[in-house]
Amino acid sequence: MTIKQLSIFIENRSGALLRILEMLRDNGISIIVSTLGDTDGFGIYRIICNDPERAFRLLRDKNISATITNVYAIRLASNQPGAAAEIVRLVTQVGVEIKYMYSFLFGGCGIVVIRPDSPDKAEEAIMLNQLDYITENELKKIDL
Amino acid sequence: MYRRPLPDWKSEYLDPERETMSRTEIAALQVDRLRATVAHCMNNPVYKERLERAGVSPESITCVDDIRRIPFTTKQDLRDTYPFGLASVPLTECVRLHSSSGTTGNPTVILHTQKDLDEWANQVARNLWMVGLRPDDVFQNSSGYGMFTGGLGFQYGAERIGMLTIPAAAGNSLRQIKFMTDFGTTAVHAVPSYVTRLHEVMVEQGIDPRRDTKLRVLAIGAEPHSEEQRQRIEEMMGVKAYNSFGMSEMCGPGVGFECKEQNGLHFWEDYYIVEIVDPETLEPVPDGEIGELVLTTLNREAMPLLRYRTRDLTRVLGRSCPCGRNHVRIDRMRGRSDDMMVLRGVNIFPIQIEKILMQFKELANNYLITLTTDENNDNMTVEVELEQLFTDDYQRLTALQKSITRALKDEILLTPIVKLVPKGTLPVSEGKAVRVVDKRTVYK
Repeated sequence: MTIKQLSIFIENRSGALLRILEMLRDNGISIIVSTLGDTDGFGIYRIICNDPERAFRLLRDKNISATITNVYAIRLASNQPGAAAEIVRLVTQVGVEIKYMYSFLFGGCGIVVIRPDSPDKAEEAIMLNQLDYITENELKKIDL
Repeated sequence: MYRRPLPDWKSEYLDPERETMSRTEIAALQVDRLRATVAHCMNNPVYKERLERAGVSPESITCVDDIRRIPFTTKQDLRDTYPFGLASVPLTECVRLHSSSGTTGNPTVILHTQKDLDEWANQVARNLWMVGLRPDDVFQNSSGYGMFTGGLGFQYGAERIGMLTIPAAAGNSLRQIKFMTDFGTTAVHAVPSYVTRLHEVMVEQGIDPRRDTKLRVLAIGAEPHSEEQRQRIEEMMGVKAYNSFGMSEMCGPGVGFECKEQNGLHFWEDYYIVEIVDPETLEPVPDGEIGELVLTTLNREAMPLLRYRTRDLTRVLGRSCPCGRNHVRIDRMRGRSDDMMVLRGVNIFPIQIEKILMQFKELANNYLITLTTDENNDNMTVEVELEQLFTDDYQRLTALQKSITRALKDEILLTPIVKLVPKGTLPVSEGKAVRVVDKRTVYK
């Protein structure tokens, strides 16, 4: 039910992000969506790509701190206003706390990526409401 | 084939007679050697003038405590007399010169006669034998050669006990590791920060030191390091790591070394008189109390030094040991009195910071302390490398940052700024590690 998101620990220094992006490029990894948060001293660069496991191994071999996190990528029912609100309502209704969330378009359809505090409750919400979610296989098949 | 005679290789001692002397025997030997050293120093005009002014003659030395009548020698004296002004033999008698880099002023020069070099090798050999190294060991010296005494010092000492000795020198980590696996290296000498660097490269190369090498002993020294750092090194490399103390002014490595008890470094009192003094008053401090290490050479020919102020801070742990050696046990160095940072009136040593950081399993071994001035206030920033990204959660990383800050504050009584950086970000040196960068404008 989840997809694998790559989280990369990145220092607050010019060139750090470029180095990682170039490494992924040189190894033919396609980034589908990415988001970079910032704090005072460091950032976590989160990526959804076509081959997270291979990307993780590449980073590890280069001694770059990274981890794989399971997240839920839920397809919106429509691209109309309020569609994301509906997802968040259904998910939080069962008591899920959202640690972070971001969204992107995939095949013309809006997707919200959610990292819940409790995977069990998130899955319960998805099952109960028959929410449409994206699988690893769909991401792998992406032809860019 | 020529082979230097060696003691029974099952003997714990390379030189049983000297190593197991009683305290009374040590004192008796020291008085004789001190008297002879003072007499020898009279050959040097600078020392002659100083000793005479202080009213010290060889005959006036009747006990070890008489050393307190002799004036101190400082690094500045070595600089002022650069290059040959403290030699006590004609230059033609000397066979070797070592010089410090002189990055902080005039360089200093240390001269050796052939006998000095022989005695130096004997001291290092004694140390290596003490920790169980024998002629069938393979010793890789991954220390800088050239002017840095850790190179030739260990080379000659290791050869003296008949080990196959590889002058690998520092740097080129891949080649170092290839040597270890190809030559069956059982012992390595390196500075501690370089050992952790080697381990990192091993991990990158998929080499497990326990499985893929025959390493069993490390000699680490030349950089102050904490007990926690030592244990970490032992754990990662699967070896015993012994602390080594030396300084070029005394010859180089060999002055002090840990025995298998790993409870302080035995300083060889047949070679040196060891004093610990209060750096302010220069009065001796009682055993157990921290002060500045002061050393007097007892059998150097080319350049004997009287009451040399090392600037290293340490303390006496004891004067007996289960290993059977009664040579004074000195605690690991707390840092040098000139490494001490004074921040808002508080004295702080880098080693205190290291001790705390090593307790966090989430952190790698490297760290960097930066001192800055902001609005006339001194600030300390401690950058630490995250061993692995163990979470994708900002809150947990921030929590780690906070608990490091709190632990540091408990130790140094000031709140530093702690920054987490990815592993491999901080500069790694293959010589001595740079741990402190002082960018303060208003001093110190």
